[in-house]
Formats: sequence, structure tokens, C-alpha cells
Amino acid sequence: MRKAMLAAAIAFPLFGSAALAEDTVKIGYIDPLSGGGASVGEVGFKTYEFLADELNAKGGILGKKVEIVPYDNKTNPQESLIQAQKAIDSGVRFLTQGNGSAVGAALSDFVTKYNERNPGHEVLYFNYAAVDPVLTNEKCSFWHFRWDANSDIKMEALTNYIKTAPAVKKVYLINQDYSFGESVRTTARKMLAAKRPDIEIVGDEKHPLLKITDFAPYIAKIKASGADSVITGNWGQDISLLLKAAADAGLKVNWYTYYASGTGGPTAIKQAGLNHQVYQIAEGIPNLGYAPADAFEKALRAKYDFSNFYPRAANEMRMFAAAAEKAKSLDPVKVAEALEGMEFQVYAGGTGVMRKDDHQFFQPMYIASFGERTEKEPFDEEKTGWGWKLVAKIDTDQTMLPTTCKMERP
Amino acid sequence: MLELIVISTLNGVLFGMLLFLMASGLTVIFSMLGVLNFAHTSFYMLGAFFGFQISRWFGFWPALFIAPVLAGLIGAAVERYGLRHVHKNGHVAELLFTFGLAFAIEEIVQIIWGKSPVDFRVPPSLDFPAFTIFSTNYPAYKMFMLLVSIGIFVVLLITLKRTRIGMIVQAALSHPHMVGHLGHNVGHIFMMVFGVGTALAAVAGVIAGPALVTQSNMAGLLGPILFVVVVVGGLGSLPGAFIASLLIGLLQTFAVSMNGSLAGMFGPLSPDYASTWLSDIWNVTVAQIAPILPYMLLVLILAFRPMGLLGTRES
Repeated sequence: MRKAMLAAAIAFPLFGSAALAEDTVKIGYIDPLSGGGASVGEVGFKTYEFLADELNAKGGILGKKVEIVPYDNKTNPQESLIQAQKAIDSGVRFLTQGNGSAVGAALSDFVTKYNERNPGHEVLYFNYAAVDPVLTNEKCSFWHFRWDANSDIKMEALTNYIKTAPAVKKVYLINQDYSFGESVRTTARKMLAAKRPDIEIVGDEKHPLLKITDFAPYIAKIKASGADSVITGNWGQDISLLLKAAADAGLKVNWYTYYASGTGGPTAIKQAGLNHQVYQIAEGIPNLGYAPADAFEKALRAKYDFSNFYPRAANEMRMFAAAAEKAKSLDPVKVAEALEGMEFQVYAGGTGVMRKDDHQFFQPMYIASFGERTEKEPFDEEKTGWGWKLVAKIDTDQTMLPTTCKMERP
Repeated sequence: MLELIVISTLNGVLFGMLLFLMASGLTVIFSMLGVLNFAHTSFYMLGAFFGFQISRWFGFWPALFIAPVLAGLIGAAVERYGLRHVHKNGHVAELLFTFGLAFAIEEIVQIIWGKSPVDFRVPPSLDFPAFTIFSTNYPAYKMFMLLVSIGIFVVLLITLKRTRIGMIVQAALSHPHMVGHLGHNVGHIFMMVFGVGTALAAVAGVIAGPALVTQSNMAGLLGPILFVVVVVGGLGSLPGAFIASLLIGLLQTFAVSMNGSLAGMFGPLSPDYASTWLSDIWNVTVAQIAPILPYMLLVLILAFRPMGLLGTRES
């Protein structure tokens, strides 16, 4: 009797998990949950869980419950591959990752090779924030889909805006020392030279990725350079600590950023008193006045103490669901084929399209500045009282840049 | 330019003094036990997290005193009940013990406070610019950090050089058996020194926590550079650790502010090489290699003066 019970005790959980696996769609979330990238990784994870809940409330994907499984990659490419293998071994067929283009490139490569070797067990990689252009150009892959606008698209928009701002005369570039930061600085130099040849680049800094805890020496250098504007692609603690050090030193310049709205950024901007002097380019901000996005924002804020930093994640999850329903299958190959060329009503309003040639998603982009609000901007950030205000909108067709991708299809 | 030099000097001295708060404990412990305490920066991290938690409950100022005392007590207990038993099995065992301890502390901190940074803020009473030079503000909190570190350095120096306790400690460093024969409890002195050493690291943690980032990887970020300080200064030498701390603090801060590169010195490479790996090396700036400069210094010191700047013995 005891033996039988023991056998049952061992066997039942096995049956249980097997049954569960068939009823759920698992998405492996591979991002930093410890170390310097943890502050953004954690917010991302909670946002994905929130989005999974949203899908589950509508009956899941093809009747199956969506589950986000976190894997901590410590912002490290090697660690990411170990975690990806771990995820695949536990039955995950859809991976998502965003923080760090070096990680993104490694994952894209890994997934492509894995799928070559394991036909019939393919895995898809949904990239929501690794924006190095090579991922949809030289190193593009059929198994990789990117929902964030790549770095070149963002820089194109920012420099177009700078073209209309004659006050910008001396620009300082400060970026993280890896593939993405390198792409930001070279593109910024190239585009500024073409659009505003009168602008002087007074500094071009590269610093270690997510390792610096005190940016005071860098701020002293920016100050000494006499720059009136700083362009940076920094993310995670590298943008919040940079702004914090600027606030401490009382540095008054205009900031053109990719990710100033990340955790800690708004607090530092308010502390520095940079009223509408920090700009950000993104695919959505709170305060656009688009009702469905506002409703989402309210619900997210009611549950967590952060705002929606990842409209692209909403686009990714919703399009994944739509693609699976269109294909009437959760087979990664069929989902991928359904995603190609798919047009979609995006989170912040307007239409976006997943370009078939390179799997880059194109969507309306927004330049916003952070500062005092009017009645048109109901949402503030991090209890500062200040909020994001729309400065310029770039329509989807204006964001289309050519690609050099030669996609190999299965 | 002058502005950059003044601010960089202040920042460099500040970073150097923080390093010294930790290096002083580490180097004295090394002289006594003959073992590098790999878990030393873990006590720095413990100090920061204790400081964060206690300042939540009682405010920052009580935390500044309670957190180091707590960390010091833990340090003393580690010596009394851990290291002393491991000691029998030789230095390798001790080394492994502290190595394992570092991992254990990191895991425990992650379990209690999580992996992401905690919101450890500068106390409002110190949250204002201390002074403005050339239109750059210098935060009062950083001035406070600087003064605390200098104060502790002076007290430490006087205690070691001018008091009876200091003399016994110094004697126990070089002649433990003789000190024992004179009737002093050498084991007790070791425990005390270990406790004080870890408490100093914790002070550094409490004051650095709000200015830098308090999270579970902070020990790992500072660990390697601390060993550089101790080796460059000379293992076991307190004045050496002081000089090395300042040297590395200033070296790193000033390197960041320099833009020189080989291309800047000798002119750009000919276009034939523009796309090769050579151009990467040619165009790399001093600022970019700032983080590895201390380790280059370490290699040079080990090659040309293995006993360190003020060290007395080869190691």
C-alpha cells in the first residue's frame, strides 16, 4: 500500500505537469533579473506578466493559457544561451528578450542554429528592445522578430528634430561601450554631419556597460567641454545614474535620449530641474490622449508602482496572439509565417507593419520631452508631478529605412 | 580645464578614500592571519544593506552607527567560529572559506532584499549642493563622505601609532608568539581586528550606499579593485594602502577625463588600415581604457616591485 502511494505520489505530479504543458503557451523571458540591468529587467518581466493576464482574461491564445517564465541572463550573452537552452528543454518554444544587443545577436544566432539542427522543434525569438541595426540587416534571421524601432530609425527621428532646433550647436555623445552604443555614436555622427554640418561634436565618450555607479567624472568632462546638448542611447541604470550625476553637479544641457523614461530617470530629471530639456524617442508615451492606451496605463499603474515603459511589449504579445489565431496554430513556423508582413493596430494608436524582408516592425514614433504638465497630460512619472509631453510624431511611412537583409527562409 | 582638474581631484580623492576604508581592514587582516579575505567587500555590501534597512526604521544617522557595529559583530563571529577552526587546515582552506563566505553572503542578501537595487536615498539634511565652483555644484553628501573617511583614517592612524592597543596589534602582526608569551590573548586580538576591519568596510558601505547603487552585485563590482589596492600598496602595509587607494582613485577619475589616443598623438592611420583591427587600437581613448588601468598598474607592480609600494616582504 505504501509503495503504491509512493509510486502515485511520484507519478501524479508528472502527469500533472504534462497536462499543464499542453494547456499553456510558455514564453521564456530571458533578461537581467540581477546585476546592473535588473531594474529594467524586473519592470519588463512584470509588464509581460500583465500582458499575459490581459490575453488570459480574453481566453488566452487559441484557448491556451499564456505563461511568462523568467530566466535571469545577467545581461550576459553566454549566460543567455545557457538560459535559452534551459527554457527550450522545459518546453518553451517562444523566447523574448530585449536588454542588450550583444545578447540579442547571440540569441538570434543560437535560435537560428538550433532550428537548423532540430527541424520540427523550431523556436522563435521575439526581440522587444535590442535595437542594434545589424539584427535586421547583415545578421538578420527568419526566426527573429523585432518590435522596437532599430537604433538608426530612432537616430533619424532625433536628428530630424535637432535639424529644427537652431539652439543646438555643441553636441556631446556618451554611449555604452558595446555594439549598440557604437552604432548610436557612428550613426549620430553621420546623420548630424549630413543634416547639421554646423554642429560641433565636442565629445564622443564610450563607457563600460552597466558597471559605472558614479558618473560624476563623466559629467565633469561634459561640463568642461562646453556642450549645450548630449545625445545618449544609454539604458537601465546607465541612463538614470548619468542623469542623477548631472542633477548633482547642476549640469544644464539638453538631453536627446532613447530611454530616459526608464526607472530612476524621471526622478533625476526633476531633481536636476531640467524642465522640458530631456527628450526621448519611443514608440509610445503616456499622455498621448489615445483612450485604449490610457486605460492600459491606468490599469498597470493601479497594479504596480511603475508606468508602461514597453508599449512595444504590448504590440509583441498582442500580435503574437493575432498571428497564432490567423495561423490557427501555435507551431512556431506557422506563427512566423503569419507574422510576416502583418499589419496591426498598435498600442499607442495608428497602424504598424512587420516588414517581411527583415522582420523589423515599423510603427508611429514619438519624440517627447519631460517636465511640467498641462491638463492635456494627465499622467506623471515616479510621483515627481512632471510628465511626458508630445513634441513630434513621426508616422509609420516616415520611419521606413532600407535594409540589406537577405533572409534565408526554411 | 582648471574646473575639470579641481572636480576630478575631488572625485578622485573621494573614491580613493572609500577604497581606503575597505583596504585598511583588508590589509591589516592579511598581515595578521596571512590570508586574503575574499569576503571583505561582502561586508561592505552588508553595511550598505543594513544601513538601508535601519535608515528605513530609525533614520540615516542611527544607521551610520548601528549598521557597522552589526557588520563588525558578524565579522568577529566569522573569525571566532569560522576562520579560527579552518585555520588548522592551512591557508588554502582559509582562502576557500572566505571565498565561499562571499557567495553565501551575496545569496543571503538576494534572498532578503532581492536582486534589483534598493531605494537608499541621501538623507534630506545632506541633500543640497555644498558649494559651487565654476558653476559646477558639488553635492554636500559627497563632502560628508570625504570628511567621514578622512576622520576615520585619522582615528585609525592615531589608534595604531599612539595607543597601547595599537602597539599590541602591531606587535601581534609581526611577533604573535612573543605577544602571547607576554600574557595577551592573541586570539582575542585577531577577533577584534577582524571585527573592526569588517566594521570599517561596513562604514564605507553605509556612506557609499546612497551615493552609488545599493544592490546585490556591489560587492562583486568593487572586489577586484580592492585587491589591486592592497597589492599595489604592499600587503599588510597601512600607509601603502592609503597611498595606493588615493593613487587608484585619482588614476581612474583622471583617466576618464582624458581624450588622448594614439590617433591623437601620432595622427590618423593611413586609410589602408582604417577598417582593420589596428584602427580599433589606434582610436581607443584613455577614457575608454580607464576601467582597466588599475589592473595594468597591478601587473606592472607585480612585475617590477612584487612587494608593493610600501610592502616589506615578497609575497
